[in-house]
Amino acid sequence: MLINLILLFVLLSAAVWTVMTTRLIRSIVGLAFTSAVLAAVIYRLNSPLAAVFELSVCAGLIPVIFITTVSFTHRISKEELPVARKERLVRFRYLPFIIIAAGLVLSWCFKIPQFNLPAAGPKEDVRNIIWYLRHLDLLGQIVILLAGAFGVVVLFKEDK
Amino acid sequence: MSPDLAGLFSYFMIFIILLFICGAYCIAATFNMVRAMIGLELLIKAATLLIILAGYLCGRSALAQAIVITLIVIEIVVMVVAGGIILWAFRHNESIDPRKLSNLKG
Repeated sequence: MLINLILLFVLLSAAVWTVMTTRLIRSIVGLAFTSAVLAAVIYRLNSPLAAVFELSVCAGLIPVIFITTVSFTHRISKEELPVARKERLVRFRYLPFIIIAAGLVLSWCFKIPQFNLPAAGPKEDVRNIIWYLRHLDLLGQIVILLAGAFGVVVLFKEDK
Repeated sequence: MSPDLAGLFSYFMIFIILLFICGAYCIAATFNMVRAMIGLELLIKAATLLIILAGYLCGRSALAQAIVITLIVIEIVVMVVAGGIILWAFRHNESIDPRKLSNLKG
């Protein structure tokens, strides 16, 4: 329980740092770190396959997509940098206070809901669930991937 | 619900809500489209953790994992297309500030 709590604190701190930091590259690194910590939390919640996906895809691939996007856009000039930093600080300075206040309020007044959980069934294998129970999800995933590929092709189509 | 599971649920829920606030604030306060994507990522992470927690509490971790894998695939596609839209906007406007998207029709 204590390890879970520590991991959750690290997760939230990484998320706040991701949002607050001024440089985009640092923000992307913070997001990757958040994903890695989330993978550890998911692993501790008895979901190793989802943790592996989270670690490899969300902490590995998505930062690459972000960095590629950022590298194709222009750098902010040295003259604009102090103004942009000041503007950001004004807009984001409330976040730590909001998080701390919301955390205190929630921990003080959060009532544990009284609901009955369903009885745990027989231990299921995630592969059986994916291939037999949720096989339409796989079809949906293929369609979404194709739609994404089509969307990117349309976006980068050269004008004649 | 046993006291152990109830305690686990309550403190996980608090952190999930805080993570959600963090992502929503990032989207609401920024004028940079890449940062808006990062905020969206944080919202998706909160949703992922909530699904995994629900599966753990109900003893259906396998089902929760299957749903999270689908969610991750959707997340990837959304991020790739959003990245494409940002690059498209940058090519046409020389900026990734949504306030400067002045050449849109409509």
